[in-house]
Amino acid sequence: MAASPAYGEEKGGSSSLGEPEYGHDPASGGIFSSDYKRHDDLKEMLDSNKDSLKLEAMKRIVAMIARGKNASDLFPAVVKNVACKNIEVKKLVYVYLVRYAEEQQDLALLSISTFQRGLKDPNQLIRASALRVLSSIRVPIIVPIMMLAIKEAASDMSPYVRKTAAHAIPKLYSLDSDQKDQLIEVIEKLLADKTTLVAGSVVMAFEEVCPERIDLIHKNYRKLCNLLIDVEEWGQVVIINMLTRYARTQFLSPNQNESLLEESAEKAFYGSEEEDAKDAKAEVASLAKRKPYVMDPDHRLLLRNTKPLLQSRNAAVVMAVAQLYFHLAPKAEVGVIAKALVRLLRSHSEVQYVVLQNVATMSIKRRGMFEPYLKSFYIRSTDPTQIKILKLEVLTNLANETNISTILREFQTYIRSMDKDFVAATIQAIGRCATNIGKVRDTCLNGLVQLLSNRDELVVAESVVVIKKLLQMQPAQHSEIIKHMAKLTDNIQVPMARASILWLIGEYCEHVPKIAPDVLRKMAKSFTNEEDIVKLQVINLAAKLYLTNSKQSKLLTQYVLNLAKYDQNYDIRDRARFIRQLIVPTEKSGALNKYAKKLFLAQKPAPILESSFKDRDHFQLGSLSHLLNTKAVGYQELPDWPDEAPDPSVRNVEVPEWTKCTSREKRKEKVEKPFYSDSEGESGPTESADSEPESVSEESGSSSSSGSSSSSSDEEEEEEEEEEGSGELEEEEEEEGAKKAKKKKAPQGRKGHAETSSEEASASESSSSGSNSGSEAEAKRRKAPPSSRTGPKEISLLDLDDCDHPPPPQPVPSSSIVSTSLVTDLEGLTLTDTSLAPALLSPTFGAVRTYELLHRMAGEGLSVEYCFSRRPFPGDPHMVAVQIQISNNTDAEVKSLRVSEPKPLSGMRIQEFPEIERLAPGDTASVVMGIDFCDSTQAANFQLCTHTRHFYVSIQPPVGELMAPVFMSENEFKKEQGKLTGMSEITEKLTLPEKCRSDHAIVQQVTSAANVGRVPCGADNEYRFAAKTVTSGSLVLITLERREGTTAQLTVNSEKMVIGTMLVKDIVQALAQ
Amino acid sequence: MIHSLFLINASGDIFLEKHWKSVVSRSVCDYFFEAQERASEAENVPPVIPTPHHYLLSVYRHKIFFVAVIQSEVPPLFVIEFLHRVVDTFQDYFGSTNVGDQLPTGQLSVVPWRRTGVKYTNNEAYFDVIEEIDAIIDKSGSTITAEIQGVIDACVKLTGMPDLTLSFMNPRLLDDVSFHPCVRFKRWESERILSFIPPDGNFRLLSYHVSAQNLVAIPVYIKHNISFRDSSSLGRFEITVGPKQTMGKTVEGVMVTSQMPKGVLNMTLTPSQGTHIFDPVTKLLSWDVGKINPQKLPSLKGSVSLQAGTSKPDENPTINLQFKIQQLAISGLKVNRLDMYGEKYKPFKGIKYMTKAGKFQVRT
Repeated sequence: MAASPAYGEEKGGSSSLGEPEYGHDPASGGIFSSDYKRHDDLKEMLDSNKDSLKLEAMKRIVAMIARGKNASDLFPAVVKNVACKNIEVKKLVYVYLVRYAEEQQDLALLSISTFQRGLKDPNQLIRASALRVLSSIRVPIIVPIMMLAIKEAASDMSPYVRKTAAHAIPKLYSLDSDQKDQLIEVIEKLLADKTTLVAGSVVMAFEEVCPERIDLIHKNYRKLCNLLIDVEEWGQVVIINMLTRYARTQFLSPNQNESLLEESAEKAFYGSEEEDAKDAKAEVASLAKRKPYVMDPDHRLLLRNTKPLLQSRNAAVVMAVAQLYFHLAPKAEVGVIAKALVRLLRSHSEVQYVVLQNVATMSIKRRGMFEPYLKSFYIRSTDPTQIKILKLEVLTNLANETNISTILREFQTYIRSMDKDFVAATIQAIGRCATNIGKVRDTCLNGLVQLLSNRDELVVAESVVVIKKLLQMQPAQHSEIIKHMAKLTDNIQVPMARASILWLIGEYCEHVPKIAPDVLRKMAKSFTNEEDIVKLQVINLAAKLYLTNSKQSKLLTQYVLNLAKYDQNYDIRDRARFIRQLIVPTEKSGALNKYAKKLFLAQKPAPILESSFKDRDHFQLGSLSHLLNTKAVGYQELPDWPDEAPDPSVRNVEVPEWTKCTSREKRKEKVEKPFYSDSEGESGPTESADSEPESVSEESGSSSSSGSSSSSSDEEEEEEEEEEGSGELEEEEEEEGAKKAKKKKAPQGRKGHAETSSEEASASESSSSGSNSGSEAEAKRRKAPPSSRTGPKEISLLDLDDCDHPPPPQPVPSSSIVSTSLVTDLEGLTLTDTSLAPALLSPTFGAVRTYELLHRMAGEGLSVEYCFSRRPFPGDPHMVAVQIQISNNTDAEVKSLRVSEPKPLSGMRIQEFPEIERLAPGDTASVVMGIDFCDSTQAANFQLCTHTRHFYVSIQPPVGELMAPVFMSENEFKKEQGKLTGMSEITEKLTLPEKCRSDHAIVQQVTSAANVGRVPCGADNEYRFAAKTVTSGSLVLITLERREGTTAQLTVNSEKMVIGTMLVKDIVQALAQ
Repeated sequence: MIHSLFLINASGDIFLEKHWKSVVSRSVCDYFFEAQERASEAENVPPVIPTPHHYLLSVYRHKIFFVAVIQSEVPPLFVIEFLHRVVDTFQDYFGSTNVGDQLPTGQLSVVPWRRTGVKYTNNEAYFDVIEEIDAIIDKSGSTITAEIQGVIDACVKLTGMPDLTLSFMNPRLLDDVSFHPCVRFKRWESERILSFIPPDGNFRLLSYHVSAQNLVAIPVYIKHNISFRDSSSLGRFEITVGPKQTMGKTVEGVMVTSQMPKGVLNMTLTPSQGTHIFDPVTKLLSWDVGKINPQKLPSLKGSVSLQAGTSKPDENPTINLQFKIQQLAISGLKVNRLDMYGEKYKPFKGIKYMTKAGKFQVRT
């Protein structure tokens, strides 16, 4: 190729496709041309006034950079073009600048003014790209300019530019960490941003700059949770990981009240029991101090909002949610992640590699979770070795008494694999199964002994090493195996295996008294040719034999020690000297000599074969540090749960705070410009699959701005309100929102809680501004009580007793009374029996458990409790009546208490209680609300609002409250029971504790666990109960049959299998207490 | 996050580099080459390699290593998943015919995954339901594990901003799914309907996993008789492939591959149909069978010559199977209807079903 071809040729050549890729760049051409000369043509092209030539030159320069060729000498020629009008050329010049600015700082400064101009451009894309390049140029002198640009961009009206500002923050921070304080201010401001576009990027900046400033998250916590589903995938990962850490500092462990036994049983698997006992005691002690655990609604919010992301197509998102659940969820709920993680095993092998490492760690702590997926970890011959070995690790962790035979059968196949590294790992795995599961120890040992005759030396060697470890557990029974192994010394060459055999013989020389000296004889002969580890073991063997059988081995030992004395390796020389002094008595060898036998032949604890993944979960799962099992640079420790929850009210969003926020208001004066479309007049929210924009495009007939997203069935209440109300549809535009605020109905202006749901998320920017300006009008409206609202008198109509009875609530469940009195009749007892009557009635009283809905602290003085009154809900027989007790512990009057925005799951319905106009300080009010739980124990979520505050609360019914008693005869019962057999029948055996053996104790426990009625029964060792589920009216039949002694059998018949299963669990638990 | 990215080809040349956060010298790749040497095979290079000052995270695709250099804690999957997306994008970009014509515009729209102003003269939407069966069959022919990995790949060329809904006859089959971000998750949760504004062009709408073993039909079986004798240096080899639960459809594109033990020198085989190759260097036997005719089952018979003087191999080879069945989703999944809202025109719609072997292994 010519060193400087004509342009024409160049152009001709480069117009072909894939130009930036060509193998041999003509410009980089001739060997004989100097670098300087080589680039002359490019410089000329850059200097020309034809954009096409410039573009061509830039393409080639960028291609050079990509191939790692030095193009820095072109800097002056390129930088001139930074102001080029052609956008394509400009983009490529930017690429060049970012790469070389660092090396040519002075010249780079020439370009800065271009970017500064770009920052003021009316086009948001240009503003963003100017900031991107400016912040990517690593020239310390421009730090102040960057800082200024970032601050400005953080208040830009385009979310796209604000996102770019967030991206620029870590770049500036790494250039100059002194800017931290100022950057934190910007981060704080951007954290308050309500758009999904900014959220992920700013949290990333937060993580890089100030991960320790957890306080900055409080006010944004709920918003982040609610935005999450609509944030782009990469942002989701960063946010979820950060929130995991946050939750660990702010909430209590959801497992603190879980059965400790289970935990310690799992621990005992590996750890010493003594330690566990100590642990358990300490935990029990600390438990006693604790109050019963109630999950913070914010904790629940996080779990609820991340769960759908397990269905993401992005493996990193799935992993992030999985680790969040592993570290934060109650034990019973962690299981959901297993299926998603197993699904990832179908992905690329690198993904499998990372996922399997995490599964390996999880499967040690929570074996049960992955057990159903055992077969998904079976190994294929085509798996890469590193994947095979990880799967093997998981299989070994999952092995237990029940599945071990299946696993061992599978291992047998693996041993015949052609992949020898994998075979070796399998043998190790068998060894671990054998140590962990006593039942199969002998089987495993026999299998391994058979492998000793395998033709592959590596297999034999690995087996020897593993057998050695196993034999240490019970040497006496296995002298035959030791003999067999002794014979192997003639053939086996792998040093580790030889060393293991020698150690075994030495350690158990008393079990093989005849063979041991002979082995020593042979080893003495070959001593000089052995590897170092073998030599050390020969010395060991010699010493032990000298101590136990000095007659036969004295000379041999001395011979070996003499050889060792002149060995090339100083370790071996040292060892020989040391041992000689220790075992051979001389005048100088003082007291130690007497104890030589004890020293050498002491009982040695058997080695513990444990997983290398044990306890790795002290690293946050899914992290690089976890994978490497060492702390990586910049790793943020996952804190332990606090003993006491910090004040949850810090997450309450203060309304006044951000109506006051001046900078935001200033910004709002401008018209929010769109960031996606190029036509700047048109505006629209970011469409995201799960956000249902508040503007209902279909109804309005315009599909332009809202992305023609259909209004799907889960559009909620608020929308109906819109329709009924002003009849106008709320638009995304802020200014419009402000104009309309006056027209809005009160509920529309939910202050400060515009971000409550993901549906609103994308539109929150606008609705918040709407509520800002609308708040005044709204406040006025509130003062005048709406006439339509039910006053206190009407409350009492609904709830006759309770209005007169201040706390504690005494919801004497009418149905329970009937059932208990029925019980009494049937038992032949009369109510006049004074000693028994209260005993029968009180349990039902005591059994009405009160649950906390809102803690006094979280509620800022407002505390709310609820209980299931077990009486029919007036007006709707399909609803469960929930009695709510609200106490005002503040020193101010609480006004307009009401339920707002119920977010029931599909099918669930909530009948709100009538608004409480005012609640004086110190007063308590009791109201009843109805919830149709659809026969499921899913929680009903809603907000409890006062005139100033909103609290997220949720009510989760125990399964026993989802039914109402029915009365039937013995025959009817039997008939119905006959229809509900097979899958509908669930049986469980149980042992009745002492205090729960009397008739009335049993009846009392069952009726307290579930809202059921007693059914008469002929047999005196049987108890029957019947109920119907509240929503669907399905029959639930309970039979408790007392067997001999303390055992009993519980049978539940119901076509609702889930209810049946849960009910059995609850009743068994109640009876066990 | 990612400081630099290096692309390394099969012969170990760094042929492309790109730097973001800082410029890391390409000499950092020496650590990678070391690891590569230790791993012997490309697929066994650890995806995460710690070095004194950096961490190297890599993916291996199309015989190219994509090596990302990072300096501090980051979820490894974040980088790995990102690199795979980069490769997907390359594949899309260089795979099409108009490479290099124009730089990507990076156009943004109201719907992040769909560009604005899409126009087609022929509006069409095609959906391919493709299911792969992963299975391990043991020596005696019984299934050890079987799963179906399904995807719905779409090619949508529709003008404007169409809003589609796709419903199934039996959505209950789909209990383990992952979606393209365009799918409205809530709608799926409540109604089991896929509702979405599609991206323009080719994309994967969803993937799903059916693992209940009784739901997984195994459409083929293999009868095998492979034996190596200790006494002679000859072994016997015989396999027959036959249809099992095919729902009346033809099994085609059948391909049998098997990695023979190292001791096998050569194989003398006769197929009843198709062609076969044994590579004496890699010891890989492959037999391109083609279609299975149930009346005349394809078979491959002959002898195996073993290295003289050595004992017979311990292990029997595993047989890997590939096949295709058109017009069938083996799980029974069926699309009920596809509707379009938001645009006035009538699009052309098409649904295709196909079942393939995934990782289908028969142990012998």
